Amino acid sequence: MRTSKFGVAVLIATLCPALMFGGTISGKVTYTGTPVKQKPIDMSKEPSCAKQHNPPITTETVVTGSNNTLENVVVYISAGADDANAPAQAVTFTQKGCQYTPHVIALHTGQELQVVNADQTSHNIHPLAKVNREWNKSQPPGSPNIQEKFDQPEFISVKCNIHPWMHGWFAVLKTNHVSISKDDGAFSLPNLPAGKYTVTAWHEDYGTQTQEVTITGNETKAIDFSFKAKAY
Amino acid sequence: MNSLKRVHFFSVILNFVLAAGISVARAQDAPDVGPHPPEPLKAMESHIGNVTGHSRDAKLDYRRYCAGCHGDLGDGNGENAVWLDPKPRDFTMATFKCRSTVTGMLPTDQDLFNTIARGLTNSNMPIWNTFTKQQRADLVAYIKTFSPRWEKEKPGDPIKIPTEPPVTIESIAHGKALYTKLECWKCHGPQGKGDGPSAATLTDSKDQPIRPYNFTAGGDDSRFKCGSTNADIYKIFITGVDGTPMPSFADVIQPNDAWDLVHFLRTLQVKRHSKENEVLKAAGGKIPPYNETPSTPPASPNNSAAPASPSENRTAGGGN
Repeated sequence: MRTSKFGVAVLIATLCPALMFGGTISGKVTYTGTPVKQKPIDMSKEPSCAKQHNPPITTETVVTGSNNTLENVVVYISAGADDANAPAQAVTFTQKGCQYTPHVIALHTGQELQVVNADQTSHNIHPLAKVNREWNKSQPPGSPNIQEKFDQPEFISVKCNIHPWMHGWFAVLKTNHVSISKDDGAFSLPNLPAGKYTVTAWHEDYGTQTQEVTITGNETKAIDFSFKAKAY
Repeated sequence: MNSLKRVHFFSVILNFVLAAGISVARAQDAPDVGPHPPEPLKAMESHIGNVTGHSRDAKLDYRRYCAGCHGDLGDGNGENAVWLDPKPRDFTMATFKCRSTVTGMLPTDQDLFNTIARGLTNSNMPIWNTFTKQQRADLVAYIKTFSPRWEKEKPGDPIKIPTEPPVTIESIAHGKALYTKLECWKCHGPQGKGDGPSAATLTDSKDQPIRPYNFTAGGDDSRFKCGSTNADIYKIFITGVDGTPMPSFADVIQPNDAWDLVHFLRTLQVKRHSKENEVLKAAGGKIPPYNETPSTPPASPNNSAAPASPSENRTAGGGN
């Protein structure tokens, strides 16, 4: 009796959001033209990292998939769906093989960031914030995760000064409706109530694009973004 | 005749200018403008001991002594800036190297006051100890007008620095082990010459090349960026030097371990007379290998969970 009640409760809890917030904006990010070739990274100064990459990894300023798809594009609702509350769970940013994984993370303002050092070498995490506070912390191997928060929306470039090839991004946003494109270029922004939205796609090298989308009910609106590749 | 005409012409122009000036002044006096005419910069204060600095009083000093490098707008783009390396501080960023507060936080008024008085070694920022205390306090207040962060945020509390324990060859040896373990040498080099493997690639937060500190240069007059005492060295690596590659080690080094590191760093200053170099000389000039688990004292370099008891013991020892 108890379990069945519980089961019904779970069913309602899972179905309700789907019924109430049926709108979804989804699509694909692609590029036109020829992106600049990424350079292989010489990690010979850090042998413990170099030996983890055979062949050597390349820079990640522009990462593409087959069929001209573009990875690491932050697609988010920039107007119409500001969320006051940050999700309770933290976003993890890992340093492994002297590389940031993932290369781009999205955080809500005030959401907890966990920085993990999975390497056998020291890193320093230096988010070059201009709107938020600019801090810079050392994290030797085996030290606890660094926990931080950012209180202003900003795209923050992150680097390690010890290993200058390490580069990543923190996308600090006012919304929880965000999707970062994978190698298939796909993104999806579900659970949108009916309304008018501005969708922004941001790429670290190619800049931003916006589109206006109106959601009327339980529909899926397909939009695509296409960036023009920079020649240099 | 001609010259008289000219004089008359100028007096007419002068009258126009004066009249315009008076009418502007009148307009500002008008009651509907409000109690204060709008000021270009928000007035700020600073508090240094019992001295209160006022930004409005520093305007002329700033124009005369600071703007040449830091710029009228405080953005570090004064007319001399192109010739300088490192670049003058951009006050609009409100990011400061020398702080007693944790990384990312605003410095205290006292921190800025000290920096003005001390100057910044290895840069073009001179020692401004010719200013009176009041002038310096006013300039601190003036610097705070350039970024809205000073209105929105409070500077952090100064970090706590425990009493320095006595300098021993063991503390130097432990400091050396930490220098290796925390990989200070990656930038500062194995001998502290500023020639570590990452040194050549370093850039500051404005992408300008920057050199790590060379501990071996300079003799008894050698200074660090943010002071010259042992407590200043402690503060530098615990708070980090914001805006540069030098990170904060606050989360990864225990207070008394930090003092051991300070003692070792002093021995890198080979040409400087110091207690640390004397202790090292007395021990035969060689730093012994550090034993990770010595019987006494119970140092716990890796045990971050229970740092309290050993640090208390050692602090008490230093106070005696």
